Amino acid sequence: MASLDIKGARIATLAEGVRSGKLKARELTEAYLDRVKTVDPQLNSYLLIDGAGARLQADAIDKAVASGEAVGPLAGVPIALKDIFVTKGLETTCASKILRGFVPPFDSTVGQRLAAAGTVMLGKLNMDEFAMGSSNENSSRGPVRNPWSLAHVPGGSSGGSAAAVAASLCAGALGTDTGGSIRQPAALCGVVGMKPTYGRVSRYGVIAFASSLDHPGPLGRTVDDVATLMEIIAGPDPRDATSIPAPVGQYRAAAKAGVAGLRIGIPAEYFGAGMDPEIDAAVKAAIDELGRAGAKVVPVSLPHTKYAIATYYLVCTAEAASNLARYDGVKYGYRAQDVRSLEELYTRTRGEGFGLEPKRRIMLGTYVLRSGYYDAYYGQALKVRRKVFDDFATAFTQCDAIVTPTSPIPAFKLGEKTADPLQMYLADVMTVAAPLAGVPALSQCCGFTKAGLPIGLQTIGPPLGEEVVFRVAGAYESRTDWHERLPADPSSSSPNAAAGGVS
Amino acid sequence: MSRISAEEVREIAVLARLALTEEEVTRMTHDLGAILGYVDALKELDTATTEPMTHAVPFDCPLRPDQVGLSLSVDEALANAPRREASFFQVPRIVSKGGAGPSEEG
Repeated sequence: MASLDIKGARIATLAEGVRSGKLKARELTEAYLDRVKTVDPQLNSYLLIDGAGARLQADAIDKAVASGEAVGPLAGVPIALKDIFVTKGLETTCASKILRGFVPPFDSTVGQRLAAAGTVMLGKLNMDEFAMGSSNENSSRGPVRNPWSLAHVPGGSSGGSAAAVAASLCAGALGTDTGGSIRQPAALCGVVGMKPTYGRVSRYGVIAFASSLDHPGPLGRTVDDVATLMEIIAGPDPRDATSIPAPVGQYRAAAKAGVAGLRIGIPAEYFGAGMDPEIDAAVKAAIDELGRAGAKVVPVSLPHTKYAIATYYLVCTAEAASNLARYDGVKYGYRAQDVRSLEELYTRTRGEGFGLEPKRRIMLGTYVLRSGYYDAYYGQALKVRRKVFDDFATAFTQCDAIVTPTSPIPAFKLGEKTADPLQMYLADVMTVAAPLAGVPALSQCCGFTKAGLPIGLQTIGPPLGEEVVFRVAGAYESRTDWHERLPADPSSSSPNAAAGGVS
Repeated sequence: MSRISAEEVREIAVLARLALTEEEVTRMTHDLGAILGYVDALKELDTATTEPMTHAVPFDCPLRPDQVGLSLSVDEALANAPRREASFFQVPRIVSKGGAGPSEEG
């Protein structure tokens, strides 16, 4: 029983096994918990493992299946949530000291939908503090390591989600993407991750970083895994005023529909200087593959791409400064001791509770919103945001989907970029435009570097165009086998594991 | 040469209710200076006729019927409070003992 092989397991296979009674949800859950116990000490992808809760959920599923009761479409499938999703009765910290000990009294909408579908929630996943980072090195609970090479970062901010999926420590996971935080770690860990259209997936119960840019979304091993999770979590929510009242698409079917006749736009601005040559070659080979699959490849232009990072960091820091004002030591979380005034309670709680990156962003956001500076920085950024949006609107009159690299560089080494925050921000060049424009985008693996690190391919669709994104991603995946590759378990004696273990 | 001085960083930290160490002030002065220098590139764009965009997806603020629904009990709402007293969050005294006016911290 303990030898149940779950490495690389697909969500649909597991769900079918449990529903048919061939697979017990409890055995599946134990197999994942065992793997987490043996593999995760090297990766640090989990902040909290809810073994007791997971076993209860799994036993309830097995009981229902045995007695012939109806179970959800994903009954027994073990998943995990980035620690930005609040979980009733389970500590939720956003990997920040300032939320240490916070036990939410409610669940996120997407967490409720996954539970209603029968999934078993294994635990909460590590991340950059308040989702601010591109390497997962900004976690107050220590960095996550890349399953493909322990010396390298998994990307961020959903680094725990991407690493856990890549290492088969859960069958699927949820993350959030504000400037690339699902797609970039998916790319760096060789898994699939989707940032849906803004408003497609509810933000209720997702701790806010930058409200107009925060997008919850799924990560999985395959396009079908991600499409399956999307069909469960997407759709309007009366508790999120920004959720879109549009019907949810048939994402799994779209992933099998092929790309014959689709026009795939290639923006020259995403293939410029600074790109790793191995990534350039792999992405161009992927585009050729899509051409052979029947897509028509056309050049498009997104001329304001070079302004997207500056726009993004002005908008997101302004919104973060406002959202993070709520952490004051009064209602929940960390509270500074021995204070003499309310003012000191606020300033010391925040000074002691926030890590360096949230502090930096609160400071920048406060600066750009300041009277006298507002028009020059935040006001101008909002106008350039419209130009970035208009770029996409124009491009989508000439093509059905846009294909680019996800990241100009593969996973970098831990510590390599921490000294220079601006250099870290610049690595987000290919992912920040989609959230600014609110358009859906997905990253999947399209190859490996000579050093064995995954390369990400990004497909961007028009607003509410998740189905066309899944068509492209599914067609590419069906013609390649990159998604079949699995990283060696870090406890084994692979050279990467050895190198990482001593660094 | 920096876009922002240490003095401005201290002013911003007051506005942000953020106690920074001297080391952090030095670091922020450098980092914010570099980032503000980078984002200056936006100023070269002509946006005179461009409408600002606060949300990528236009939405009308939806209304719902004003009906009483489930909400948290007082105990649930206060369960995470670092300090509570009866049904209140407890904070340091914000008025002087006579109750007449604010303390010096305001």
